[in-house]
Amino acid sequence: MNTWRYRRQALFLWMCRALTLLALIILGSLILHIAKEGVSTLSLDFLHRFPSRFPHKAGLKSALYGTLWIMCLTALIAVPFGIATAIYLEEYSTKNRFSRWIQINITNLAGIPSIVYGLLGLTVFVRYLNMGQSLWAGALTLSLLVLPIIVIASQEAIRAVPNPIREAGYALGAHPWQVILCQVVPAALPGIMTGVILALSRAIGESAPLIMIGALSYVAFVPEGPGDAFTVLPVQIFNWASRPQVSFHAIAASGIIVLLCVLFTMNLIAVLIRHKFQRYK
Amino acid sequence: MNQEAPILKTEGLKISYGSTPAINGISIEIRPNRVTAVIGPSGCGKSTLLRTFNRMNDFIPNIKTEGQVWFRGQNMFHPKVDPVNIRKHVGMVFQRPNPFPKSIYKNITWGPTIHSYAGNLDELVEKSLKRAALWDEVKSRLHDSAFDLSGGQQQRLCIARTIAMNPDVILMDEPCSALDPKATARIEDLIGELRSRYTIVIVTHNMQQAARISDETLFLYEGNLIESGKTKALFTNPTKQQTEDYITGRFG
Repeated sequence: MNTWRYRRQALFLWMCRALTLLALIILGSLILHIAKEGVSTLSLDFLHRFPSRFPHKAGLKSALYGTLWIMCLTALIAVPFGIATAIYLEEYSTKNRFSRWIQINITNLAGIPSIVYGLLGLTVFVRYLNMGQSLWAGALTLSLLVLPIIVIASQEAIRAVPNPIREAGYALGAHPWQVILCQVVPAALPGIMTGVILALSRAIGESAPLIMIGALSYVAFVPEGPGDAFTVLPVQIFNWASRPQVSFHAIAASGIIVLLCVLFTMNLIAVLIRHKFQRYK
Repeated sequence: MNQEAPILKTEGLKISYGSTPAINGISIEIRPNRVTAVIGPSGCGKSTLLRTFNRMNDFIPNIKTEGQVWFRGQNMFHPKVDPVNIRKHVGMVFQRPNPFPKSIYKNITWGPTIHSYAGNLDELVEKSLKRAALWDEVKSRLHDSAFDLSGGQQQRLCIARTIAMNPDVILMDEPCSALDPKATARIEDLIGELRSRYTIVIVTHNMQQAARISDETLFLYEGNLIESGKTKALFTNPTKQQTEDYITGRFG
């Protein structure tokens, strides 16, 4: 009897280990493949050149700058709106049919394919609001895409702040906004940061909605303001990878390595911020 | 019995949660610079009564409060009274220690800071921690997390945090129920030291504790005030049968 139970336990443990290992192997071999193909064409010069129709002269300067612009603008737009919405829904709104309806809609929005946001962005921002194929239009479209993710993650983080902390704040004669701003949000910040980084990691890899709103694949200049046209890394990579010449595939792989590095840096920053605020856990 | 003006007073206080009554018409007077214990079995309305005195019940939906509550002769439920103002003068210590997830120092300074305290914060921290009998244990690590403290220390920190606001009244809602006997004894000693400066109202399950630390006792049962008076008299010579049954441990 007992041996069977132990065996079952061991079996389950080994199954979990094997599946984790399998996932890691797949991920590792993908990265290895990309590295093998892309490292040879990767150089500092590669980051400083504009795209070209000759693979050995092509670089991703414009795409890299475009991505940095888009990420900053998206974060600037989506993070305040997302956190404010989460605070309102968790701390202020009364739980009634209307707030439940909003909640369901936000959850649903998180699951909508990104191309749909691209269509919305094209109609509303590019055409109706006349923004053209600018960084603004791209950042606003991506903001819509990531807003539900930030809202949901922030809500969960705020909900996880124990109620006695709020009570302690009120018992000291604090106004609700003081309790929320000085106690609840700082306590929830590690969770909120996780949500923000998850959302931005998704935004950085999106190409479909940006192609939809007209991000160009050949940009021979660096955007100087949010009203300029742009391209981003995934669009540039997609463009190179879909060409017939093999040497373009190599620089596409180099582009992927750069994209991964940017993503990794972003995550690192988030971890550092999270760590700073987790000191008092 | 007492000629002093009561600092807290209720008249015909009735509270219900939705349609469930919690307190059915209680009239009491709490005198300054004493320790008043509120005893009674679970669900008799002790905490509800306590939370009326700093209007913490405001946060509970569907709660209905009737009757009058006065704090220093001012009607607490007058529409023009801001509960935030009352809570500046009536502090509260909760059942479980609930320090903020911040440093020991910031736990104490946050309350005074948001009310734009003008004095020296370092001095305030030292004074509050000394009064809460915690200074010697934490003076070398004021900027460590409050969560590094033991449960009993955390609770004394919560008392220090309340003291830093210089309140008139400190409400304590079973402050020792989550603590071990040693930590409980320290808090009880502390309450004895604080009574000269503050009015303390303490809810407790523990009758020995009420007998040890309080000057006056209120005995509540099923939302009614059964008996009140000097602690010594109430415990040695209760006038009501229910009180005697409760304090001798026949029920509750």
